[in-house]
Amino acid sequence: MNVIEVNGLSKSYGKVKALDSVSFSVKRGELFGLIGPDGAGKTTLFRLLTTLINPNEGSATIEGLDISKDYRQIRPLLGYMPGRFSLYPDLTVEENLNFFASIFGVRVKDSYDLIAPIYQQIEPFRKRQAGKLSGGMKQKLALSCALIHNPSVLFLDEPTTGIDAVSRSELWDMLKNLKEKGITILVSTPYMDEASLCERIALCNEGRILGIDTPKGIIKQFKSRLYAISADNMYSLLEAARQVEGVVECYPFGQMHHLIADATFDTRSFMDQLESLTNLTIESAKPTIEDVFINLMKQ
Amino acid sequence: MRQFIVLLQKELIKIRRDSFLPKLILSFPILIMLISPMLATMDVRNVNVAVVDLDHSTTSHRIISHIKASEYLSLVGATSEFDLAMERLEEGRVDVIVQIPDHFERDMGVSTPEKISIIANAVNATKGTMGTQYVIQTIAHALVEVRNEKNPNQMSELVTVQNRFNPTLNYRHYMIPALMIIIFILVCGFLPALSIVEEKEVGTIEQMNVSPVSRFTFTLSKLIPYWAIGIFVLIAAMMIAHLVYGLLPAGSFWVILLGTVLFILTISGFSLTAANFSDTMQQIMFILFFFIMIFILMSGLLTPIDSMPDWAQTFTLLLPPRYFVDILRSVYLKGTTLSELWQDFVALGSFSVLFNILAAVTYKKQA
Repeated sequence: MNVIEVNGLSKSYGKVKALDSVSFSVKRGELFGLIGPDGAGKTTLFRLLTTLINPNEGSATIEGLDISKDYRQIRPLLGYMPGRFSLYPDLTVEENLNFFASIFGVRVKDSYDLIAPIYQQIEPFRKRQAGKLSGGMKQKLALSCALIHNPSVLFLDEPTTGIDAVSRSELWDMLKNLKEKGITILVSTPYMDEASLCERIALCNEGRILGIDTPKGIIKQFKSRLYAISADNMYSLLEAARQVEGVVECYPFGQMHHLIADATFDTRSFMDQLESLTNLTIESAKPTIEDVFINLMKQ
Repeated sequence: MRQFIVLLQKELIKIRRDSFLPKLILSFPILIMLISPMLATMDVRNVNVAVVDLDHSTTSHRIISHIKASEYLSLVGATSEFDLAMERLEEGRVDVIVQIPDHFERDMGVSTPEKISIIANAVNATKGTMGTQYVIQTIAHALVEVRNEKNPNQMSELVTVQNRFNPTLNYRHYMIPALMIIIFILVCGFLPALSIVEEKEVGTIEQMNVSPVSRFTFTLSKLIPYWAIGIFVLIAAMMIAHLVYGLLPAGSFWVILLGTVLFILTISGFSLTAANFSDTMQQIMFILFFFIMIFILMSGLLTPIDSMPDWAQTFTLLLPPRYFVDILRSVYLKGTTLSELWQDFVALGSFSVLFNILAAVTYKKQA
């Protein structure tokens, strides 16, 4: 059975269509990622699914409960960690945790086993006010508070934005552990490199979903030819390559430029046309999720 | 119930840990009660008087010495040149000019003399009118004295004035209840609204909205601390009024308390409604400031409602502070009882119910 079922969900703010008939489903115990740049509609989707706002069109269910009609029954089932730190900054770590436990009518010790791996890392600072914690510690506390009532679905809106690389990888480890305990997790991130850490991902852009699959499956969808090119003057190369026939898209990718080509593209004539550039190289490259994303956006 | 207790605890911790709020709550009523009555007084002192004495008689000298002796007036010069005095008035160094005409004393005994003229600078209307009044009184006193010395049998005073409920016409006694109301508006109106909007700005309200906490419980947990603070402020303000200004309520304390409770309920319900429509601190500050200006100017706090134009008098019926001003002043100064003020209490009670229902209805957990 699917824990989250979304059917043609749309939400507009005035004339801006933040979400345009989005549909997907998440299975029990799945770690599902929403990948997309800022403004893709990820946060709107989260706010809809956490019953904070109502959709204009379409419907969605969580554990079979409708997000508009049954929001009262849904709320105790979900844990929500918004993109912005939103615990009480004046309360200490310990007070925040106790507060959220009491709000949901549970005791900290009841679900301590679930949060222990996360909470133990910040327990030495339990007397410190939450507002004075570092970014990574704030996230851990927020995650602990979101988990304190043992929710069946966990919503994490950009949990890795604005924290350091070590904390980021720690957070993904925590999510994997939680998943193993049977919690369904919906997580959003603007970082393409984090997509491979999810079981299934949905690529979204401008309120629409471009594709849903496992990270590997998404990469397999990439049917075009992909090359990595370089030259001494990388900027002129980018400009020039975009003019060549058969080039669908050319964009910087790390130290190289990635070039998506269609069937008419020929490497030899490409080299000939750009011979004025020194140290020009071209080799075929393996597509990553970012390449898939750019390719899907182009279509 | 446990939910409610932790919400309340959270509010108290927040108020206590705030570096600014507890100090404000404590010092605000004390400062307003101590300082404002001294400044907000309609008594006019230090009226500068210039006397243009063309008579140079005992009577005119008597008038000058009376002006000199008055605690409200200060004599800045006696000349015989009107133009010089007028020049000083224009410069602002003189507020009132008294001109005693030539042969005033001589004519007074025989027939109707040429009148003493008083010229006042009325840019500051209060100082102009009040100053003139003081000068007239002082001169009248001097003249009566002179006349009595000449004809001791003559009836001197024909009119007596008695000011009931505020015998010394002390403007402070009129102001103190009004100041208490301003404090309630600020402490119980501003603070809970700011606290809710702060939760919106910080984002914590979202965590509350996805939790099973009902909006009623949440709102009530915001209000109760400020209600308690309101009662504390009432007692503090009444003690200051008693200890510093010697003003004790002429009526029952319990009537004042009942009125205060109803008013606090009204104003906090009102401000929560305003908070429901604001997303940022700037918005709520401007909304509240707008209404508070209207409350202060139009509820009879500073100027009596009876002297407003008719349309404005009708409009004041919609302003909750108007009823509380009436209650507090009547009980404090006149000792009016609950049964005499029932209309005010019914109005205030209805407003408190109305605004609190409005606050609960407009608070959306879902948009």
